[in-house]
Parts: sequence; C-alpha cells; structure tokens
Amino acid sequence: MKSLIKKLVETVGPSGYESKIREVIRGEVEGFADEIQVDAMGNLIIKKGEKKEGGLRVMLSAHIDEIGVMVTHVDKNGFARFTTIGGVRPHTCYGSRVRFMNGSAGVIGGERLENANHVHTIESMYIDLGASNPEDCPVKVGDVAAFDRPFEDLGNRVISKAMDDRVCAAILIETLKLVKNSPHELFFVFSTQEEVGLRGATTAAYAIDPSLGIAVDVTMSGDTPRGIKMDVSLGKGPAIKVKDGGMLADPRLVDAMVQCAKKQKIPYQLEVLLGGTTDAKAMQISRAGMPAGCVSVPTRYVHTPSEMVDINDVNNAVKLLSALISEPIKLV
Amino acid sequence: MKSKKILNQIPEIGEGQIKLLEKLSNAVSVSGEESEVRAIVIEEIKDFADDVKVDALGNVLVTRKSKVKDPIRVMVAAHMDEVGFMLVDDEGEGLFRFEIIGGIDNRQLVGKPVLVGKEKLPGVIGAKPIHLTTADERKNPIPLDNLRIDVGPGNSKKCKVGDRATFATRFEIWGPSLVGKALDDRLGVATLIELIKHMPENIELLAAFTVQEENGLRGARVAAYSMNPDIAFVLDSTPANDLPVWDDEENSRYNVKLNHGPAIYRLDASTLSDPRLINLLAETGDQYGIPYQFRQPGKGGTDAGAIHKQRGGIPSVSISVPGRYAHTAILIARREDWKNTLALMYATLCNVTKELFLTER
Repeated sequence: MKSLIKKLVETVGPSGYESKIREVIRGEVEGFADEIQVDAMGNLIIKKGEKKEGGLRVMLSAHIDEIGVMVTHVDKNGFARFTTIGGVRPHTCYGSRVRFMNGSAGVIGGERLENANHVHTIESMYIDLGASNPEDCPVKVGDVAAFDRPFEDLGNRVISKAMDDRVCAAILIETLKLVKNSPHELFFVFSTQEEVGLRGATTAAYAIDPSLGIAVDVTMSGDTPRGIKMDVSLGKGPAIKVKDGGMLADPRLVDAMVQCAKKQKIPYQLEVLLGGTTDAKAMQISRAGMPAGCVSVPTRYVHTPSEMVDINDVNNAVKLLSALISEPIKLV
Repeated sequence: MKSKKILNQIPEIGEGQIKLLEKLSNAVSVSGEESEVRAIVIEEIKDFADDVKVDALGNVLVTRKSKVKDPIRVMVAAHMDEVGFMLVDDEGEGLFRFEIIGGIDNRQLVGKPVLVGKEKLPGVIGAKPIHLTTADERKNPIPLDNLRIDVGPGNSKKCKVGDRATFATRFEIWGPSLVGKALDDRLGVATLIELIKHMPENIELLAAFTVQEENGLRGARVAAYSMNPDIAFVLDSTPANDLPVWDDEENSRYNVKLNHGPAIYRLDASTLSDPRLINLLAETGDQYGIPYQFRQPGKGGTDAGAIHKQRGGIPSVSISVPGRYAHTAILIARREDWKNTLALMYATLCNVTKELFLTER
C-alpha cells in the first residue's frame, strides 16, 4: 500500500490537468475492471459487477486532482506570477517548491513586506525558475504546477503533498481489487476538478445516475496541540462522515457503515467537519437525488505540502469499504 | 487549398455589422428583461435558422443544421443581458431608491445619466454637489443607500418600482475604437449573429443567446441542458487593465490587452477550459495568422461555468473581445480585436471535428 500511495502522491496533477495521474491509476486498475471509460471532464470511470437481488447501482468517488498554481505572467526578468488552483493557502507558499507538468521546478518568492511578520498575498508572490528573461523561462502563461515534496515514511504515519485525495484513490484501487461477488453494480470514479468545486463528480453522477453515492476523501483531525476541537484522531480508524460544510450524510447510510464496521471489528470514528466538503455533496443532489455519505481518512496539515495520515487508518478504510459494498446495503 | 478557401470566406466587419452593433449596444436589456435585444436577434437570424425557439427563461435557441451526415454538434453562446439597476422604492417627486443588477462598482454610479424603464425615460444618479460635502465625506465612496435615480417630477408617474434602468450612453466610433455601454456582451451577440449567417458546413450550430449571465449564468445552465451539445464555445468580453502603471513598473496584472486579438481563457473562477479546445483555437490562429492572446488566469466567469458542468459534462472554452472599463457607463473595444475574434471563431468552427475529442482530456 505504501508504494502505491507514493506512486500516486508524487505525480503532478492539479485540477483540470489530471491526465498523468489518470494514466498511473489506469495502469493499476486495468486488470480488475469490467469497463473503463474516460468522460468529457476527464473522470476515470471503472464499472465492476452487475446488479443482483438486493443490490443497488453504487457510485464511489475519490478525486485525483490536487491543489496547485497556474502561471499568469512571466515578467521581463523571467519571474513567473501565478494564481491558485483550488484552496491554496498563502501561508504555505513562500519558500515552497513547485513542480510543473513539464518537469520544470521553481521556488516561490515574494516582494518585500512592510512588516516581516505578515503573510504575503498571492499577488505579491512569484515563482523563480532561475531564468533571467521570458525566453529563458521554461514555463509560460497557463502552465500549471503542484507543490513539490517527496513521500516520507515514518512507520505508522506517512507524509506527502496530495494525500488529499491520492491516498483515497489508493483506497479505491485496493477496494476494487479486493471486492468479489458484490450484489451491487459498482462504479469506481476517479474524479477530476474536485478542488475547484466538485466539478468532475457533478457530471459523473449525472451520467452514471446511481442510487447510492459514497465519497472517499480526507478529513481533518483534532489531535494536534491546541488544534481544532474535533473528535477525530489519527490511528483511531477510518472516519464515517456524519456532516461536513456541504452535506448531511444520509443517517441510514451512516448507520449501515457503523454496523458494518462493528460486525467486521474494524475500528472507526464518527466525523463532523465544520469546513470543507467532498464529492458526496455533488452526488447527493444530482438529478433526483440519492442517499450519500463518505468514508474519510483523518489527515493532519490538509492543504499544505506535507499532509500526514496513519497507514492503519488507510488499510482499515479499505477493509471497511470492501466489506460494505460486498453485501446488500440496507437503508432502513 | 482548404486554408485559402477558409481565409477567403471569413466574414467581414463592415458598415452593416457596425450598425447592428450600434443598435444592440443602444438597446436596453438588463438581466431578467432581455426582450429588446431578443427581438433584434430574432429579426436578424430568423431567415438563416432551421429552428428558433425561445425557452422559459427567454434564451433564444437557434439551430442551423449541417450539410454533412452525423456532424459534430457545437453550441456557441453569447449573453444578451447587461448589468444595470432596478428601482426599488418610490420616494416621490421622481426620486427612486435603486439596487444594482449584476456586478457594478458603487464608485461608477454617481453623476451618471440613466434611462429608465421600457420607455427609456431620462434620469440621473444624483449625489450632493461638492459645495455641500466635507473633505472627510469625499474620502469614501458614496454608499448605495445615499444615491437616488432622479427622473424629475414630470416623468415620476411613468416610472415604478421594478422598472429596470441602464446607463444612458449612446454608441460611438472613436477612430479605431468602438465605444458604448453593454458592449459586454453585445459584441458577443453581434459575433454570434454573423456566425449564424456564415456558418461553415461541417458542424451543426446550436447558437444560444442567453439571459441572466450577469447575475449567475442562469440562462446558460438551462440552455446547455436542453441543447445537449457535444462541445461549447462561449463568446464574451473581458476587462483590459492595460493602462501604464504610474511608476513605470511593468504592468503584470493587465488581464488582457487591447489590440492583441481575442482572448482565450485557460482558467477563471468558474471554469478550467478544456485544453483540447484551447489548443484548437491557438493552432487555428497560428495557421491563419489571426492574432490572439491568453487571458490571465484568475477571477471572473462566463457562461462556460454553467455549461461545462451540465449533464454528463460538455468540453467548453471561452473567448472574449477585450474591453477597457467593463461594467461602467462606457466600454472601449477595438474594431480590430472584434474582427479578429469573428475570424478566429469562424476558422476554428471550420476546423473542429469529432476526432479531436477521441483523445482524452
């Protein structure tokens, strides 16, 4: 699992530019799919199984895009101004390295601050690729980059950029490989453009028209010094989402997930996230609507270049998901 | 050779097109009440269309069929509505409190002449004359609550709460420049009318003259649902912030520049344009020597924001005529930029094929 996660997180793929990460994932899932499709938004959609007695059409979604930056202007001295793609916090920018789709690397610098204790605004920062003029600069307006930090293995905990949501893409991949004899018609969606507004999941849900939607995404945790008050911690199991900033999970689905975890003796936590949302929101209100929920991986330092997860939570998420979708899901 | 043929067929911007733009710019169609522009559009295109429909929101949906079998179905959208005002409270004697429809900076309002209602009655957005203000007051923009539309006691009975109003600007030509109100997006509307009249034969054209773009891309959302195209182009106008900076520094936040051609969108707040369509536009521009620029990625949105997420997803891109002073009483665009926008769109429509979308996004 760790080597799969490493492969996924170290690929560059900001929202709108997911072709590389899609190819990596396609290579992993090809042998396990009944049907593979790439739609107009670039979503990778894997169909597996047929609907049997007691089964539903189920859409599972993990997003493959990451937050990043796009060049807006290369100035006469070769410095590249940029805008953000998705929720990039200015605090994480100054001094960070970025890696472009074309392989070029750069450092984010900033203009002089009146007060050195303040944070730069995005407009006052730029990317330095070591060029002296636009002709030397290896990137141009419109080129995209992700933050650049390598995968680090601390044993139980692993760190990388883009754990959001590549670690959950890994979970979906492993779930796809594990699940056998499901009564459900399953659609594993590796969705695009989640970070800029759940755009890939919106169109995928419309096209697939499922009767149940389950997202797999990261959530925050409340277990760091003087951190947010949240009852979710690393190492205490995958989180079953009850509510987040965009969605109230269907209580029947939450209950089905809890019962499944108890039955399979998988540790779990209940999650209420005050800010942020997932592909589940888009699925819930697609067309005529559907019950929706989310299995979450507790994560520290979300939307920084060094997100941290617990590998046991990740493995338990695979167990929980595959057990859940291998049986009928009773929504009572 | 195909290239030459297309070059010769590119529609011109002549006297007729300028006159039509003038009529469109002077017409009043604030978001939600687009009937005046709608009537002009229908009159212009009705003899060229295979089907014209006005939907529940007032979008004009035009189909022009192809001569080839199984053509690619291309939606091209331009919005008919403009930003403006609505009277919300009658204070008597011709003074009305008002609200803004769409995005207009408060600071653009004071002292501007306006036209109110279907009869286009003249009024002014009034404020205290300088004689009666203090230096402190003058530091801040006048809050909307302190502004009034004044139509005078003569016309006060003819105006009522709910009437829409717009800037009273009349269209003019200043040398190479087109000058008027609402050129965002009457330039797009005029371009789309020309594309309907000169449509290339290889596509089925689904032309959508949309409503309520300025207050939330609402018309485009439903138009895309009902037209259900294969791909979509959106024609709009985008602000040029290309004036020199006072301390001679390089202006790195110009968004787009006048006289540099139509602006192709890569990223705005509502859409990440489909790279296959971006490349098609750019390659077509290179092939026919039509200048173009890339709009600086950043804020803003177009009808593409609603269109690309509709149904199962529609590959989309926006292309705009640059204009200075957008969403104010006067927008300045260059005739040359408009000409090149029409040329690039026409040539691109000639070049578009289904095969281009067999490669994955």
